[in-house]
Amino acid sequence: MKRGTPFLKAVLAIVGKDLRAELRSRQLISAMGLFALMATMVFYFTLESRPDVRLSATPAVLWVTTVFAGTLGLNRSLAQEYDRGSFDGLLLAPIDRAALFFGKLIGAWVFSLVVAAIVTLALTILFNATLFSLAWLGILLLGTTGFATVGTLLGSVAVQGRGRETTFPILILPVALPIIMASVNASNAILAGLPFSDWATWPALLASVDVIFLVLAFVLFEYVVEE
Amino acid sequence: MSDNHEMIRASGLVKVFGLRPVLRGMNFSVARGSIVAVLGANGSGKTTLLRILAGLSRPSAGELTIGGWTIPKEITAIRSQLGLVGHQTLLYDDLTAEENLRFYARLYNVDRPAERVAEALERVELAKRSGDLLRTFSRGMQQRLAIARAMLHDPAILLLDEAYTGLDINGAAMLDGLLRSWHEAGRTILMTSHDLEHAAAFSDHVLIISQGRIAIDAPAASIGDLRATFEQVTAG
Repeated sequence: MKRGTPFLKAVLAIVGKDLRAELRSRQLISAMGLFALMATMVFYFTLESRPDVRLSATPAVLWVTTVFAGTLGLNRSLAQEYDRGSFDGLLLAPIDRAALFFGKLIGAWVFSLVVAAIVTLALTILFNATLFSLAWLGILLLGTTGFATVGTLLGSVAVQGRGRETTFPILILPVALPIIMASVNASNAILAGLPFSDWATWPALLASVDVIFLVLAFVLFEYVVEE
Repeated sequence: MSDNHEMIRASGLVKVFGLRPVLRGMNFSVARGSIVAVLGANGSGKTTLLRILAGLSRPSAGELTIGGWTIPKEITAIRSQLGLVGHQTLLYDDLTAEENLRFYARLYNVDRPAERVAEALERVELAKRSGDLLRTFSRGMQQRLAIARAMLHDPAILLLDEAYTGLDINGAAMLDGLLRSWHEAGRTILMTSHDLEHAAAFSDHVLIISQGRIAIDAPAASIGDLRATFEQVTAG
């Protein structure tokens, strides 16, 4: 009897399929990107008369916008997979459930990272802030990894029920709170030009939360997706 | 495995959704290499049964073995041996026909994927449309591609849930031909259908489900008038 598909091959197949389909349709990136730009503009006009507050609000604007745009995109991405029944096709395949989870996670992470990069660019232009640095990129990577992990797991729960458009944000926002808080605090410290030793706890906390969520999702995903 | 000729064995199979029982203790077995028609009225539990056999749904109670493996506990061991054509195509609108099949070929770790995909497209007469996006296909063409997807990894057991839906006369004849050659190669086929005449002519064994139980489990040749039997069993 033929053995199952190798883990990495399955992960790459799912990631490749998601990226190829998205590059062709551009449904998620355009919806998420447009939402992110609109939200950034709203913050810009709201804070236009308070340039002193504007700079200190930049990290919060970045992460709130990224999280809301990411929630919108993840919900839509998983809903499409379920509504077309194609998720059953993935479940039927002789692949490890963890490979399925990581395949979906990497796709969600790439989309979240693209949105975070779009918002960073928009904030750099609109808020006149110098944001692009290695430290900033590191926090973006850690923050979006945690968010995509939690989002993929909870999105897979929410999408199976009724009222998923409201259920998903209600589920994800409280759980993602430690990620958002640590990301905002680390981003604030970078923007204030503090030495790394002063804010090293935040990336450490982010990395720990990411690992915890990755392990939890790795263990729980099988039970979440099977009927 | 108790009997080498036996591919599937279900004992006391129960499935309950909430408080609503759909399967109420099914007992049946399927011989290796046979074509079995699973018949029943709408909502009788045919699709639920096929989803359990495919490992997409866990039974609430009862025992099920496929090829000697206990389902769902050991489903991973036989996933590569199952093919399913369901109510939905399990394909992606934004990929071409060829990309869809190549994706599934990778998921099933198929050897010589490019060759196998080309053969599969040829078999369902879609080779000329291989580069077209799925969303440009008619329902019948999508169904043909779904059939190619289910057969791509050469499964030992093919589960067909209303597989003829959307196919025109040529498409139905094409599927008949594919299933015949599949059967001749010793594969086991389970198919649900509402076309009793076709089921009677095409299968060598018939299971009729009524009220969540197997009401008739008999060789197709031994059932004289299938329609009359079906109506009598499923009435009320």
